[in-house]
Amino acid sequence: MSRYTSATDADRREMLDAIGVETIDDLFADIPASLRLDRPLDIAPGKPEQEVYGYLRDLASRNVSAEDEVTFLGAGMYDHYVPAIVDSITSRSEFLTPYTPYQPEISQGGLQVMFEYQTAMSELTGLPISNASVYEGPSAVAAAGYLARIHNKRSRFLVSKGLHPHALETIRTNAHGFGVTVEELPLTDGVTDLDALAAAIGDDVSAVFLAQPNFLGAVEDLEALTASAQSTGALVVVAADPLTLGVLRAPGDFGVDVCVGEGQTLGNRLDFGGPSFGFFAVQEALMRKLPGRIAGETVDVEGRRGFVLTLQTREQHIRREKATSNICTAQALNALAGVIYLSWLGRAGIVELGELMLQRTAYARRELAALDGVELLHEQPVVREFALKLDAPVDRVIERCAADGVNPGFALEEDGLLVAITEQRSRADIDRLVRTLGAAVAAERTGVPA
Amino acid sequence: MSSTVNDNRLHGDPGIERTDPHAEHGAHRIAISETPLQRDRAVTIYEKSKPGRRAFVAPALDVDAQPLDELLPARMRRTEPPRLPEIAEPEIVRHYNRLSKRNFDLDTGFYPLGSCTMKHNPKLHERIAALPGNARLHPLQSPERAQGALQLMHELQVALGEVAGLPHVSLQPSAGSHGELAGVLLTRAYHEDRGEHRTKVLTPDTAHGTNPATVTMAGYEVVKVGTNADGGVDVDDLRAKADDQVACLMLTNPNTLGLFDQNIEEIASIVHGEGATLYYDGANLNAVMGVSRPGDMGFDIVHYNLHKSFTQPHGGGGPGAGPIAVSDRIEPYLPRPQVVKATDGTFALDHDRPKSIGRLRGFQGNYGVFVRSYAYILSLGGDGLREASETAVLNANYLLARLKEQGVADYLPIAYDRLCMHEFVLSGAPMKRELGLKTLDLAKRLLDFGFHPPTVYFPLLVDEALLVEPTETETKETLDAFADTIAQILREGAEDPEIARNAPYTTPVRRLDEAGAAKRPVLRQPL
Repeated sequence: MSRYTSATDADRREMLDAIGVETIDDLFADIPASLRLDRPLDIAPGKPEQEVYGYLRDLASRNVSAEDEVTFLGAGMYDHYVPAIVDSITSRSEFLTPYTPYQPEISQGGLQVMFEYQTAMSELTGLPISNASVYEGPSAVAAAGYLARIHNKRSRFLVSKGLHPHALETIRTNAHGFGVTVEELPLTDGVTDLDALAAAIGDDVSAVFLAQPNFLGAVEDLEALTASAQSTGALVVVAADPLTLGVLRAPGDFGVDVCVGEGQTLGNRLDFGGPSFGFFAVQEALMRKLPGRIAGETVDVEGRRGFVLTLQTREQHIRREKATSNICTAQALNALAGVIYLSWLGRAGIVELGELMLQRTAYARRELAALDGVELLHEQPVVREFALKLDAPVDRVIERCAADGVNPGFALEEDGLLVAITEQRSRADIDRLVRTLGAAVAAERTGVPA
Repeated sequence: MSSTVNDNRLHGDPGIERTDPHAEHGAHRIAISETPLQRDRAVTIYEKSKPGRRAFVAPALDVDAQPLDELLPARMRRTEPPRLPEIAEPEIVRHYNRLSKRNFDLDTGFYPLGSCTMKHNPKLHERIAALPGNARLHPLQSPERAQGALQLMHELQVALGEVAGLPHVSLQPSAGSHGELAGVLLTRAYHEDRGEHRTKVLTPDTAHGTNPATVTMAGYEVVKVGTNADGGVDVDDLRAKADDQVACLMLTNPNTLGLFDQNIEEIASIVHGEGATLYYDGANLNAVMGVSRPGDMGFDIVHYNLHKSFTQPHGGGGPGAGPIAVSDRIEPYLPRPQVVKATDGTFALDHDRPKSIGRLRGFQGNYGVFVRSYAYILSLGGDGLREASETAVLNANYLLARLKEQGVADYLPIAYDRLCMHEFVLSGAPMKRELGLKTLDLAKRLLDFGFHPPTVYFPLLVDEALLVEPTETETKETLDAFADTIAQILREGAEDPEIARNAPYTTPVRRLDEAGAAKRPVLRQPL
């Protein structure tokens, strides 16, 4: 049942006649008979729109979303508020339904959005050059690895254990392909061990990967780490959370070479993990090695300001096997959501939001650490997320809390718990978490049946 | 002579007639809709910023404030706020709505961009994707509380596997090129597991640029295979180049010329005979859904572009999704986690896959895309998918026939004169020779008539190539109008080629200095 086609029986007859064949089947004459599927696909017949809606609505209702519980779950994606203007603008057909802007004269809207987005990401990261987005966070980190490899052709990556575990694993998957070994740098008291970095660094190290804040929520000392990492010429890649950069010093200020990361926190919904966008910003020297699309400003034949995709000699459709990346489809619509969100937040707002997160997170951390059977996993400065250690089985504590309508966070190994406080969680929500988690830990410790 | 252009289709504004002062050539009267909105000088949102304006109101601080220095040492803090725009909501809305009007989009007009499958994006899909149970579902929610999402992903995996004729599907890759990377890394893992270390991957000279770029990223050397006189793989060349150092042959079938390779079974047997894998670039799957399956052709690994065959809106350059399907022998190496169905009917994420290549990205993939593509499959069903492919092929062949009928073929001959599949390639070489018009000129002139041009200058082995893919969701009337317009532009070019050479006239900007942009890159707004 293909209601999205318009060919009537009469159209079909007329069209086949114009082509000069008898039947639709004749059009497939090039496909050898042995390769024609001689049965219908084993997929149920098509359904009317209202039935498709009903079926998928029922599936969606079986998920417990951030709408259904008080959630403190983060660990890479966060339940920040997405303003209505993001939905309104990104759902416009003119942004939703074009392809990549191959014809700039009729794509000035999308190209200017990319230019504005690049400007915002450059500002936030403190690096001069940003591309127009890549797929998402962890694969952006891996793409930075490939950039480092083609830049200095060295053979080792040093990766902080403070990276998101998915980023760490994605680097491993990719580096195995292009032939670079991956070594992990341990965390000490929640942050990357500087001595371990100093011991491991050498002139065969292609890049050092750090996260800011790191996976345990801790703010890393990028100044010392960058100096050590760059001492033998390795590139420093920082995976940053862009929404914390209203209060955290920009990675570019510390002289890092590459700043990448997950853009979901900028106006993108959770969507069970995607689509969101990855951002990718570099120092000027690496500009021509960037992966992905880049918009640039230019003029038309009448001197009118305009925008085009530029520096395309890096890209797969021009350079083929010598391209700096194979990326073709980026995340233009999600990056649009990002730049709308940043405009909505504005210069003052991103600082105010950051400071609100700092204060509420500090409050939550204090209150939770005061509970019996709960202590801090580390005491480093944090912005939005922090790690606890429970004196109780973490999975069972989470189950107990969930039964009370609270999702307390992400389970770490050895009964750790990672707790995220977005601006959507009020003091009252935090107080509820404290009560619920305290009761759950106490119940587990005293063996009260769930 | 009068050359009247009706661009009402482009922006829906009433045209005004005037003499184009910019046409260097004579007094062509060109009706254009030059509204102030579209021809305004581009002003970025940063240039509209004024200190003190704002849209965001922060929630009240409801906890006891601590000194910032105690929460975050000064050396770690930002000293100057990032120079984001300062602007209130009404102007943000206006700014982006006005920008949107400077885009051409699929919901407004015909978009025969070859290889990109610009079919209609059903509106139902947006409504379903926005349901809070989808949009606000955290990716690390425990599987017991995300059963609906996991079930949807599992059902999509099963349906996609059926379309490809390969049983094991991973939804994780984020786009076609990401699926290709997964496929080549799977090949590497497969051979390494057998103690083999192969060094080369074969790609046809007609391949999408992503294929060779992927091969290099995955650590292999690219070896090109030639094309025969029928537009298919040169089987002799393949036989000469296939040896035990070859890990994989990456193919698109139908290929980028829009032609089904009739020798595919022989090709598969040569490749498999050397112990290599056969990879299917699914960019052209829209030609064969329910008609013929890559798995049955002998392919080991397939990627799908959900933003092509399965209607995810392209978003002006993403998002997409590039799931892969594989045969039994490749299954152990699939990315982790995999969505699996337990015997009790519940769904889970299986991380325990010791031979897996690992992760390609965070979380479970572009779930929002999966929702839309699964809605599409439910709406069409197996029969509807087949009908979609049949109509796509019908539309392409009809458009080709209409172009031939109008004498267009004298200037724009089809590169390989056979029945095409869902797309076809024309060569602009005679047009360039006889009329002095390049393919680019034709493309730019089409903009004045409210059409998105076909893909140009690809595939590379056709001189002045135009790759045309109408898709199944276009009407016969639209195809007729497009064919008539091409014929009109060629007639106009025969009389006066300067018109097309200076096109477009009616767009928000005219031809842009792309060389200058690359030479002196301005990649952000100076602040």
